[in-house]
Amino acid sequence: MRDILKTNVSRRAVLGAGVAGASLLAMPAVLRAQDKSLKVGVYGGYFKDSFDKNIFADFTKETGIAIESVAEPTGEAWLVQLEQAAKAGQAPADVSMMSQVAMLKGQSTELWAALDTAKIPNATNLIDHFVNKYPDGRVAGIGAVAWYITLVTNTDVYKEAPTSWNALWDPANADKLGLLALVSNSFLLEVTAKTHFGGTNALDTEEGLVKAFEKLAEVKPNVRLWYRDEAQFEQSLKSGEIPMGQYYHDVTGLAAADGQPVRSTFPQEGGIMDSGCWALSRASEKVEEAHTFINYMCQPQIQSLLSRKVGTAPTVKRDLLDLTAEEFAAVSSDIDPIIPRYDLYTSKSDWLNQKWTEMIAG
Amino acid sequence: MRREAPQKFSDYGPLFFPAGMLIVFFVVPFATMIAVSFFRRDPAGFYSPDFVFDNYARFLSLFFGKVLGFSLFLAVMVAICCVVLAVPFTYLLSRAKRKTQVLWLVALLSILSLSEVIIGFAWSTLFSRTAGITNLLVMLGIMNEAVALNPSFGAVLTAMVYQALPYTVLVLYPALVRLDPTLTEAARTLGASPMKSFFTVVVPALRNTIVATLIMVFIFALGSYLLPQILGRPQHWTLSVLITDQAIYQSNMPFAAAMAVFLVLVTLGLVALTVYAGRKGEAA
Repeated sequence: MRDILKTNVSRRAVLGAGVAGASLLAMPAVLRAQDKSLKVGVYGGYFKDSFDKNIFADFTKETGIAIESVAEPTGEAWLVQLEQAAKAGQAPADVSMMSQVAMLKGQSTELWAALDTAKIPNATNLIDHFVNKYPDGRVAGIGAVAWYITLVTNTDVYKEAPTSWNALWDPANADKLGLLALVSNSFLLEVTAKTHFGGTNALDTEEGLVKAFEKLAEVKPNVRLWYRDEAQFEQSLKSGEIPMGQYYHDVTGLAAADGQPVRSTFPQEGGIMDSGCWALSRASEKVEEAHTFINYMCQPQIQSLLSRKVGTAPTVKRDLLDLTAEEFAAVSSDIDPIIPRYDLYTSKSDWLNQKWTEMIAG
Repeated sequence: MRREAPQKFSDYGPLFFPAGMLIVFFVVPFATMIAVSFFRRDPAGFYSPDFVFDNYARFLSLFFGKVLGFSLFLAVMVAICCVVLAVPFTYLLSRAKRKTQVLWLVALLSILSLSEVIIGFAWSTLFSRTAGITNLLVMLGIMNEAVALNPSFGAVLTAMVYQALPYTVLVLYPALVRLDPTLTEAARTLGASPMKSFFTVVVPALRNTIVATLIMVFIFALGSYLLPQILGRPQHWTLSVLITDQAIYQSNMPFAAAMAVFLVLVTLGLVALTVYAGRKGEAA
């Protein structure tokens, strides 16, 4: 990723990009002419650019299937669009990278076409929990990439790295934290449960959740910023304005490699591991191509490539990867991760959201 | 020129275009929103057409009441600050030389070209501890130590006033330019000080314009959702922030729609009240 950022852009490259851009605009027409093509939705911006550059081109070379990548918004907006389109028999993207909560919500309306694992032999490479299944066992999605949210600090302000999520509760950190503003993307209830109540099972009951909320409310005096927008926190973290918080491990690593005074720490309770799945819209007619694509993405060497170029954590088993110990540590950790309780965000989403908003804004 | 009442159907022709636009871009979306606000929410998925009051019922709580109250309070404060700053400023501007006027107006118009995001981030830098204006005060020896001025209510208010002030000036400007200068001259000849003539002659003469401007800024400020997020603490988040959360992050369209409808109704009610009070005051 750093290499991409550091590339000097020549005049010729700009012209070339212009031509490429123009041909990209003409792409739908070209794609229609070809018989094998696939529309793939990935998060827009940096993510999509890296996929276009490092992954999709090689895929087309190897399989002859042209990829038209579609920039999808984060949050659940894309899920809503896919759902509305599927009702009309349309698929704005055949395969999309979807968050776990979106996967579960899509399941409730049968939005995802069941995948045939016989056509995805490489799926056996995956760590089990990255295969997303319908309650009846049909496969709804296959793990695409994983990423960690960890405890990050500004190295100028904190000479010693914190070791535990408990630092969030430390009175010494008053008005110094930046935390994610939504219950469904901060996963702080899980962090609270793992740090103070022995594990995320403590959230099974409503009483357990209330207890976690009460404990979490104690961090409020320490929080300077509840952020929705990543850039807002990243800037403040780099400058030391807000010297501690939760943030994405990959991006923090890149900033540190660029010489910024920031570090990402896997606390002893584990980093928060979130992931995206490849899922196929039921309205898509490119079932064969989609299976080929997903199978391709499950290869260990592709997962290694993603770790090196995009900075995501692999979804296939560690021993199949050719990543060095150092490369693996840059994107992941051997500490048992905190896995979010995605089930709660579908079964109790409105209740949780209400409680959460009242907690932070009340 | 005498205006004749429209005689034929075709005389109404010029109205068709704006009416069509209003229907397509306002009436239809607003009606859709009202319809969706009565739909049934499915927490595990989306929503289904129905006629339920659940979404409104959920809104009627102390928590949302407080948020609504704060949103209205913030908008009123922004409106008052803008008008208090803009009326004397625009008055002086309208009396200034042509060249000065053009320069100021161009500067104000250029603020309008800034997006809310840029304004928000610029102010958050200006209010920061590490790079903000307090560092300047430390250098001048006025303060001992640089401090962070955001997140706070003052930061939100400052940025919102900054954003709304150009509109306020541009709305007041034509009225103030057209104000007959002989009015103030007469007041001065009769012995009033400049201050006194401003408050006893200029302000009363502009009463309707000022009320209209207050209402415009109030409505403009009520829709703000980015600046409270960037510069405020969660207790400074407006109802618009919560509507966005529901619509985009929770995919709870029915509840978001219900909140939006409620906000529009409260706004219309307040505006109607202001206009009504204004009429009554005039009659008295």
